[in-house]
Amino acid sequence: MDVKFRIAASGNAVDETGLKWDMSDFDGYAVEIALQMIEKLGTGEVVVISLGPDAAQEVLRKALSMGATRAVHLKSDTVPFDSAAIATALAAELKDGGYDLIMFGKMAIDSASGAIGAMVGEMLGLPTVHGCATLEVANGKGFARRELEGGAEEVTFPLPAVVTIDEGIARPRYPSLKGIMAAKKKPMESKPAQLGAVRVTVDAMALPAERAAGRIIGEGAAAVPELVRLLQTEAKVL
Amino acid sequence: MPSVLTYAEVRGGDLRKISLEAASAARALADAYGGEAHVILSGGPGVGAHAGALGEHGADVAFVSEHAAFAQYNPEALSALVAERARNGYAAVLIGGSARGKDLAPRVAAKLGAAILSDVTALARDGDALVATHPVYTGKVTATLRLTAGSGPAVVSLRPGAFTAAPAPRTVRIETAAPSGDPSAVRVQVKETPSVDSRKLDLAEAPVIVSGGRGLKAAENFKLVEDLAAAFGNAAVGATRAVTDDGWRPHSDQIGQTGRQVSPALYVAVGISGAIQHIAGMRASRCIVAINKDAEAPIFKVADYGIVGDVFEVVPALTAAIRAQRAKG
Repeated sequence: MDVKFRIAASGNAVDETGLKWDMSDFDGYAVEIALQMIEKLGTGEVVVISLGPDAAQEVLRKALSMGATRAVHLKSDTVPFDSAAIATALAAELKDGGYDLIMFGKMAIDSASGAIGAMVGEMLGLPTVHGCATLEVANGKGFARRELEGGAEEVTFPLPAVVTIDEGIARPRYPSLKGIMAAKKKPMESKPAQLGAVRVTVDAMALPAERAAGRIIGEGAAAVPELVRLLQTEAKVL
Repeated sequence: MPSVLTYAEVRGGDLRKISLEAASAARALADAYGGEAHVILSGGPGVGAHAGALGEHGADVAFVSEHAAFAQYNPEALSALVAERARNGYAAVLIGGSARGKDLAPRVAAKLGAAILSDVTALARDGDALVATHPVYTGKVTATLRLTAGSGPAVVSLRPGAFTAAPAPRTVRIETAAPSGDPSAVRVQVKETPSVDSRKLDLAEAPVIVSGGRGLKAAENFKLVEDLAAAFGNAAVGATRAVTDDGWRPHSDQIGQTGRQVSPALYVAVGISGAIQHIAGMRASRCIVAINKDAEAPIFKVADYGIVGDVFEVVPALTAAIRAQRAKG
């Protein structure tokens, strides 16, 4: 996401002019791991779901071109900054889907809340694991590893379940030309999103204050004594 | 007056620093409501001993839940326990956003039918609403969010290091919080695996972080970073996303918007160019030092002190200088 953001005239959103929509990184890992599971099993289908304006269909089409079977677009021209409201809409759609495993990216790269997947899991009353760094399923059970601060934990749970996917689990494949052509014919259902009550609103968006400009104190190893002196006497961190 | 509830995380018998940060944040918010700060302290037998430390950080009441099934992280039973307590008229439930807190907070919110504010860096009361700041778009934009009070409490997860654990001593009252069901009868079973090196300082706790990037050229050259960290004696080792993606370091070491967000007293960036994704994870550090061969690297824009030079020359010299300085005492 190496773009320079501008704040929109409203003061409570970013100016989306010229921004290109893409699949959030963590969702890419989730699509990839889902495809790998189906390929290993030799049976089953991968359904991709996205909530958002019509632009969300581009992201769904990308997942189809990676190999997903079909797509569901929950249409909402504006997306509230409210995880509970979004999770409510997703849970309503997923409730009767009969899925064995429901996967989310750990968080969206833009809103960076990381709450929706686990909320949906709770809303559906399913076993839920947030932030899987590894994930395997066998004989109706799931096994995951979650990374902690300075450690890790192993999690076992029965299926069906809801999981969210952390980084490092798999590199998402690039859609092949054949995949892109095939995706054009794959089913994409679009229907209105049934958002829950919106209780969180955006007062303002702002560019964070820059840190005070630092200084380059020298070149090469010769600058080390001056650095140590400054750390001791000026920054007082030694 | 409505009170504020928080959750204290205990791992391997130790109270986590994030729990004291959350207790302090709860104290400040409770004062804004004219209410009390309450904390849920759950774990294996003996966990109640941590109540005093929470009282030192402003907790009026500790609801202690000791059970063998809480010795390991138990997301299903724990979220039920917290949600049940939260139904007693609290204004807000604050949960420190550690790996476990990020798992727990949305579960509690969904159980309560509550709205959630996630990864919050500042929090205040504004009449009936809560107003919070939260970094978005890989830290390039800061959103100010408003949660309008509904019938139940708001759930808030706090970014680690964003709130200062401040002493606000009071005599903590201890009450028992009994789980409503059998906490061992759960579907999601968790077992913590011992960390490779239990002496290793965690990024959230270390006063100094030495972090390495692609400029180190190869995984084995991370020894330079490890040696410098060892010279400081109180330093943890971090890495950029490029480095963890390439498998030079575990993903748990990644500092950045999508990894860990840190705020040590001193952050030393070795061979790191300063991609925005990385800066978003470390810009809150008190003092930043950058060592990089490219004088135009963006890392120098956020560094308090920069040295332009070859990391293979500068870092060993710095390691020796820090060792010598510490030897002097």
